[in-house]
Amino acid sequence: MKLIAAMSGGVDSAVAAARAAEAGHEVTGVHLALAANPQKYRSGARGCCTIEDSHDARRAADVVGIPFYIWDMAEEFHQGVVENFLSEYASGRTPNPCLRCNEKIKFAAVLDRARAMGFDGVVTGHYAITREGSTGKTLHRAIDNSKDQSYVLAVLTIEQIAGAIFPLGDTEKVDIRKEAAERGLYVANKPDSHDICFVPSGNNASWLHDRLGSEVGPIVDQSGTKIGEHKGAYTYTIGQRKGLGLSVPTEDGSPRFVLKIEPKTNTVVVGSREELAITKMFGEKPVWCGPEVTDKPTQGFVQIRAHGQALPCEYFYDGNQLVATLEKPLLGLATGQAMVIYDGDRVVGSATVSETLA
Amino acid sequence: MVSGAIEAMRTQLEKLGNPSSLHTQGREVRKELELAREQLAKVIGCHASEIIFTGSGTEANNTAIKGLYWKNRALGRNLVVISAIEHHAILDPAHWLHDHDGAEVVSIGVTKSGVVDLDALKVLIDNRGDEIAVISVMHSNNETGVIQPIAQIVAMANVASIPVHSDCVQSFCKVPLSFAELGLTAMTLSAHKIGGPLGIGILVLKRGIDIPAILHGGGQERDIRSGTLNAPSIVGFAVAATSSIPVAEIAELREEFTSGVLAEIPDAFLNGDSAQEHLPGIVNITFPGTESDTLLLLLDSKGISASTGSACTAGVQRPSHVLLAMGHNDKSARSSLRFSLGATTTRDEIKKVIELLPSVIEQARTANLR
Repeated sequence: MKLIAAMSGGVDSAVAAARAAEAGHEVTGVHLALAANPQKYRSGARGCCTIEDSHDARRAADVVGIPFYIWDMAEEFHQGVVENFLSEYASGRTPNPCLRCNEKIKFAAVLDRARAMGFDGVVTGHYAITREGSTGKTLHRAIDNSKDQSYVLAVLTIEQIAGAIFPLGDTEKVDIRKEAAERGLYVANKPDSHDICFVPSGNNASWLHDRLGSEVGPIVDQSGTKIGEHKGAYTYTIGQRKGLGLSVPTEDGSPRFVLKIEPKTNTVVVGSREELAITKMFGEKPVWCGPEVTDKPTQGFVQIRAHGQALPCEYFYDGNQLVATLEKPLLGLATGQAMVIYDGDRVVGSATVSETLA
Repeated sequence: MVSGAIEAMRTQLEKLGNPSSLHTQGREVRKELELAREQLAKVIGCHASEIIFTGSGTEANNTAIKGLYWKNRALGRNLVVISAIEHHAILDPAHWLHDHDGAEVVSIGVTKSGVVDLDALKVLIDNRGDEIAVISVMHSNNETGVIQPIAQIVAMANVASIPVHSDCVQSFCKVPLSFAELGLTAMTLSAHKIGGPLGIGILVLKRGIDIPAILHGGGQERDIRSGTLNAPSIVGFAVAATSSIPVAEIAELREEFTSGVLAEIPDAFLNGDSAQEHLPGIVNITFPGTESDTLLLLLDSKGISASTGSACTAGVQRPSHVLLAMGHNDKSARSSLRFSLGATTTRDEIKKVIELLPSVIEQARTANLR
């Protein structure tokens, strides 16, 4: 096959490109320039798309022996990922930008462009597995549970999965580093990237504050009584306990947790640990990574964070919302997070959490 | 590289001496270096003592524009005048002088055909001629090949005693060029554009003019450029400059190429073609509805090398400042490609590109509509 390998400059995408080329595919390396004004150097594990990363990607492509180009996706990235991140926060939700990037950039803008240019698919260094099934290719967890990235890929449609190649899903991360060293890739020991790539400081709250501004507003309890003030609603997350600075203690001295953020009234609602618990979640804008979910209640698992646990649940789709009922209560789920449904290790699909119930 | 230049360099590389040494071996190398300087002077149309060897064209440009600015600032002239289509090796030092050294920089625009706006330059000289420290305008543009009216610019500048520098890297050995006839104060040349080695440039600086140095040290080149002289590269440069480039044949191929492309892609158009004079080997074409980096990838995969305007430090293609100055918008500038033809380009290669281009353009347009 003729493939585009998306090369970030990290060790994973370098080995993925090498494996694809070794498997006999005609591979062309592409580094996606996602930042309009890239920083010069990468600092530790934070950020990506620095000039240094683009250099690392080029070197890896040279070592693998494949052509290499840089594609400017800064505008698409800004519109599809960064602005979405800001608007979600502005509406009091907690988005996951890596999901949006896979959905709108890597397996949309890049895959579409690649296909139009005569390529068959896109290779990435994501830790996930695809398998041929009766309904086409399906998406599965990687064998390295600590590195599994199927959660952030659960926004891919069947058509997108058909054009996605993940050569690393069958290998533990530690072995990928060894392999990179054996292949003579200079990035073999480059630190993994964490956090959000377009927030170079790693401080999401202050990054949001700079862009969305912040206004002092009330912190209220479940009855609506004001018991404190916050310095900007974006700096709080659901389930947060520390740093609330409340002056009115609870009767029994038990701690309070952030339950809800209401952006329209700039209000942070707090309550007890029990009030934080939810057992039911509703998701909108579902995407199915395989056969569609029906209205028939089905047993499976739901995951709500990239490296969170798979929680046993019963799920169904009523034609409008994806609904999951948990076996055990869960503490702290924010709207805007992605709920990803698994059937064993297979990714069934995902939706954006729009409502939760105790 | 020109094979004779490789041979000459190989011979030089085997010699031991530092051309600045006083012993026999040093003198031996010095002799060949000075012969090369004289040969180059003849081709350039300057006096041998006017040649200052540098490590690159970029270094020569920096030395000229900064040096002439510093020299004349001391005489109360604070204005640096450049054209809007200069290479980054002029744009960036000019902007550096503005940002770090108090210079006022005026960029003169170009006409739609890519020629410096002489009327605008004249108005500036008429009004502020006694404030101008240096004017720097390239002899021909590296992206469009359009030749600039340097002699006219020098004539205008002479009225107000303004020194003129010209980056002649693209024109050298491709079109008639004489330092003395143009009446320039300074000129930049580089070996690698004429089949010579990488990493050797020349600043031609009029006799009797001294400018402050950027590199201080042994004072090898008129105390304006220090550093051990790179004898092998200088000798290779001279051989390349005295070897003939088949300019007429290249120009003929260029005509065949442009008419062939325009016949195949009817809505494509040439940039700078309405200019009176252009270089024989550069063609800049806009293919509406495409993106140049897509075209570059598709052509490259078929063994055809083309170039886009310029890339930023991260390697991202940027709309060419040259095309923008000629009236393009971002989108049309990003739909443009530069093809370079040289001494080794063949008629068969030209035919192959013309044949492949329609399908590549169509595919690039589809990719752009995604």
